Amino acid sequence: MELFLQQLINGIVQGSIYALIALGYTMVYGVLRLINFAHGDVFMLGAFIGFYTANLLGISQPSVGALILVMTVSMAGSAAVGLVIERFAYRPVRKFSRLTSLITAIGVSLLLEYAAQFVFGATPKSFPTIFETQNISLFGNVTISNDSILIIIVSIFLMVMLNLIVFKTKLGKAMRAVSFNLDVAKLMGINTDFIIAFTFALGSALAAAAGILYSVHFTKIDPLMGLLIGLKAFVAAVLGGIGNITGAVLGGLLLGIAEIMVSGYISSSYKDVFAFLILILVLIVKPAGLLGSAAQEKV
Amino acid sequence: MLQLQDLHVSYGAIKALKGITIEVKQGEVVTLIGANGAGKTTTLRTITGLLTPKQGKVLFEGKDISGTPTHKVVAQGICMSPEGRGVFANLSVEENLELGAYLASDPARIKSDLEKVFALFPRLKERLKQISGTLSGGEQQMVAIGRAMMARPRLLLLDEPSLGLAPLVVKSIFQAIDEINKAGTTVLLVEQNAHTALKHSHRAYVLETGTIVLEGSSEELAADKRVREAYLGE
Ligand SMILES: Nc1ncnc2c1ncn2[C@@H]1O[C@H](COP(=O)(O)OP(=O)(O)OP(=O)(O)O)[C@@H](O)[C@H]1O
Ligand SMILES: [Mg+2]
Repeated sequence: MELFLQQLINGIVQGSIYALIALGYTMVYGVLRLINFAHGDVFMLGAFIGFYTANLLGISQPSVGALILVMTVSMAGSAAVGLVIERFAYRPVRKFSRLTSLITAIGVSLLLEYAAQFVFGATPKSFPTIFETQNISLFGNVTISNDSILIIIVSIFLMVMLNLIVFKTKLGKAMRAVSFNLDVAKLMGINTDFIIAFTFALGSALAAAAGILYSVHFTKIDPLMGLLIGLKAFVAAVLGGIGNITGAVLGGLLLGIAEIMVSGYISSSYKDVFAFLILILVLIVKPAGLLGSAAQEKV
Repeated sequence: MLQLQDLHVSYGAIKALKGITIEVKQGEVVTLIGANGAGKTTTLRTITGLLTPKQGKVLFEGKDISGTPTHKVVAQGICMSPEGRGVFANLSVEENLELGAYLASDPARIKSDLEKVFALFPRLKERLKQISGTLSGGEQQMVAIGRAMMARPRLLLLDEPSLGLAPLVVKSIFQAIDEINKAGTTVLLVEQNAHTALKHSHRAYVLETGTIVLEGSSEELAADKRVREAYLGE
């Protein structure tokens, strides 16, 4: 029982990070019907922007304030990167077939990975301590680290904010209109190019937040760190029903928990295989995902 | 108010419009009739900037608007109820109407425009909170027209508003179109239902495979032998 609870907590922490990244996949898919394969690399860039921000500011005292500062800079920087990718890579090919966009996405992903290796160096870096981590004993042998609590709280906060933007603001209503039908959205007077760009910025900022939380928790970053996590977050988005915001969160949490359970009870060497096994199963059994349906709300 | 001058539009190698010239004057209801694939929807999509012409001009109040992004065309006062209605099926009737007023920011104005739409289609007031995807076809058409009116268009484009509707519903939709026009909105109406369209319009154009083959007052065309044979089933 204790092992189970411990695994559950670890799974939720892992799953929150997947969920934050999955949101970006699902939102961009919603407005563009595009799998943004470069999204995992934006997560990586978020971590590196955080790394350099913390080092440049010479943060010596770890604190919540330092974390918020680093995270804000990283989110803003990554949002800008997202805007640039959308404007110069995806927008010019939008009028061509979907396959063109997909190949462009793979190209952008490779570009970011190799550029990052060139600029930052290929060897892993230690993420500066901007937040003092310590373990808190819950009961028996079950513990939770304070950075795990932080990951959960920040994730919930960001997801609530996203929900408010998407469902309570005019901008969010425009996003939902664009995801439902691009041409009709235009006929409402919506500047759809702006809405699509905004969606990229929003998704990229969430990926950056995940990048910082991941780095604080796992402390090592490298230019290819977004590869596997990005793929898994994509699996999470498909699992939840791509295009569906609630589905992305659900898919992320489920995948995180399932993966930690597998490594706890079976073997950790199977955990990556397991994620893709889930993907294959979902595609066979319920291709639209858990919350996906024919007439779903796609953002 | 609106002039299409020698408009050519293609989809890749397919020529959908082969140089059409159409004029809509302030205050008119003009109808564009034609069979399947004649190019009616293409014409409306070109006016709203969803398509860009290969050649020719779209003049709105004397200004060439061809190639202008759609949201800017809408801001200039042209709104459309698209083919297939294009209702946001996952949103409520109210949210659909609010999206129609996307460019308006004054809540008092939006409220008074909502009342005008309810006066036009009392049914929508009863269905305000209903998810639009669960409405009947006629009700969805009311949402599409009502939503277009929320932007206070000076020119309203309607793409086959009668498609798939029962005669009684068609009648009430066309009554609403009459009212909209009487209240000062110019209308360009695309229809396959030539009989009803000619009754509710001032002038008409007949489109055949991308070319205007006939034009005149609606009364004249309704009496024209070729129109009677080809479009009124006589
Ligand atoms: N997206 C497209 N790609 C290629 N060809 C198209 C496309 N849309 C329309 N066409 C072609 O252009 C021509 C005109 O089509 P359009 O939709 O304008 O006709 P329509 O008069 O509105 O017909 P309907 O009454 O059936 O709605 C047709 O031959 C059609 O096959
Ligand atoms: Mg048509």
